[in-house]
Amino acid sequence: MQVTSSVRQPLVTGGKTYHDVTHDVCRQVEGKPSKLWFLAFLTAVSVLGLGSIAILATLWEGIGMWGLNKTVGWAWDITNFVWWVGIGHAGTLISAVLLLFRQKWRTSINRAAEAMTIFAVICAAMFPVIHMGRPWLGAYWALPLPNTYGSLWVNFNSPLLWDVFAISTYFSVSLVFWYIGLIPDFATIRDRATGLRKIIYGALSLGWDGAAKTWMRYESVSLILAGLATPLVLSVHTIVSFDFATSVIPGWHTTIFPPYFVAGAIFSGFAMVLTLMIITRKVYKLEDYITIGHIELMNIVIIITGSIVGIAYITEFFIAWYSGVEAEQYAFINRATGPYWWAYWSMMTCNVISPQLFWIKKIRTSIVATFALSIVVNIGMWFERFVIIVTSLHRDYLPSSWAMFYPTWADVGVYLFTFGLFFTAFFLFAKFFPVINMAEVKSVLKSSSEKAHK
Amino acid sequence: MERDTHFILGVYDDEDVLLHAVEKVRGSGVKIHEVYSPYPVHGLEHVLGYKRSKLPIAAFLFGMLGTSLALTMQLYMMRFDWPMIIGGKDFAAFPDFVPVSFEMTVLLAAFGMVGVFLITSNLKPWAQPRIFDVRSTDDKHIMAIDLANNSSLDLDKITEILNESGATEVNKKSFE
Repeated sequence: MQVTSSVRQPLVTGGKTYHDVTHDVCRQVEGKPSKLWFLAFLTAVSVLGLGSIAILATLWEGIGMWGLNKTVGWAWDITNFVWWVGIGHAGTLISAVLLLFRQKWRTSINRAAEAMTIFAVICAAMFPVIHMGRPWLGAYWALPLPNTYGSLWVNFNSPLLWDVFAISTYFSVSLVFWYIGLIPDFATIRDRATGLRKIIYGALSLGWDGAAKTWMRYESVSLILAGLATPLVLSVHTIVSFDFATSVIPGWHTTIFPPYFVAGAIFSGFAMVLTLMIITRKVYKLEDYITIGHIELMNIVIIITGSIVGIAYITEFFIAWYSGVEAEQYAFINRATGPYWWAYWSMMTCNVISPQLFWIKKIRTSIVATFALSIVVNIGMWFERFVIIVTSLHRDYLPSSWAMFYPTWADVGVYLFTFGLFFTAFFLFAKFFPVINMAEVKSVLKSSSEKAHK
Repeated sequence: MERDTHFILGVYDDEDVLLHAVEKVRGSGVKIHEVYSPYPVHGLEHVLGYKRSKLPIAAFLFGMLGTSLALTMQLYMMRFDWPMIIGGKDFAAFPDFVPVSFEMTVLLAAFGMVGVFLITSNLKPWAQPRIFDVRSTDDKHIMAIDLANNSSLDLDKITEILNESGATEVNKKSFE
């Protein structure tokens, strides 16, 4: 028997039946793309095209095209890398961690959030690959492949190498998790289609027939994948933070980094999910599936992770003072009052102050406010990485080598390229793939639709 | 030469009705071929009498394989094949081997388990599934009964059992 709580809000509104769910989601895949879609897609492809000029220039001339100098040897490339990887974390959190916690509301947003994860990780991976200068040789530098120098192996003591393993495992496991979830939905599209579409979605659905035995195995696979993806997602940003934390640079050499980075990743990821979902629900008329209730719950996650990030900033400052290490103290004073003070205070405003507005119910249930704040949070999280990286480097041990970092057009272009890539991929996904996990929404429909509450 | 197979299908609207129906139909001595659903119905595998999936064991074994491969690889490369002093660390610096070993464990566990799942469930791009009723991926639960396996009962009797169990429709389906 289904037990429904009279206290909980329905997850799916509008009295939808199972067939309505199928129809509302498949409609986007089956219909002709709208003018709006074409416009958005062409914009994304143009940005991708423009950005690829910067990629070509970087590959042709070398990374001297970027604004790096001998003091600031890491800047936008790693900032953007960490930013994109962080965004990716929300997808896994929604699909894996919320599955383990039996949060049924995840069902209508997990598909798009996981797609976002995959595209964000691809964008992130662009930066380490391009910064190699000769990426076609990169496999020898990043992977333990036998070579003619000995073999001279990669260095397993280096956190940068751990990152190679972490990011590639994260990407491939997320992709598999996402695809396993897509199989039953592809079968639904196949069974509604004729002609070429039936053949394509038939192949994509791998011959899924919805047998009880296969569903049993599917559930088992989902649960184990969620169990594997949960420590995986925590490990990925932990290892990303090791890139800094295992160094001896004042401002980086802190043990607080792993939990602080993971919280920041979830914070920025949820903001990006909100940005994308608010547009998707509006354009695809999915307001009954992604309700104000969903938006409010995601905003609550943003308050929590945003507050953790805020406490981490304050803790860092306190520990720098308490440690008595002058170099450490200077690094933090310089962040807040040095030449990059504006970056530091943008970060503080966007990440610490702005999410606190979500304590007010009116703001966290307002779509316009949520949309605006979700963008503010992502700007703030970009500044966080920029502040950590550039302000810790630009005034190093010898004042004679102090310098500033100025991005060149190639820095901006490569960043734009990843935006183009991300949105091109996301728009293609939104057109050709079911944006909502139909099977999972159906499985929670009976206990949590509006009908069940009557 | 392949014999034609004839099925009788019970169509159900509701998952709770379906669960009771499976119990009733099996209780009347009818052997159920399989039930096809648009979404996972919890408890269906119990009433159908399926054994628990062994996929978690496969995941565990593949995971252990990943850990051992990663540790062996790192130890061989860093300690035996080309030892180098890096930051004054031990050649076999085990704490440094933890991240890669963990990632390899997860990678092999996930891919191994999914591979076993796809093979055992016969999921592949060129598979041609037998679709009993296209609504089984939309909004209906389809209970398929293979007549060849129920030769002791006649068609009318099975139809009656299905109707009594709450099926909204009872259809016939044959495959060549």
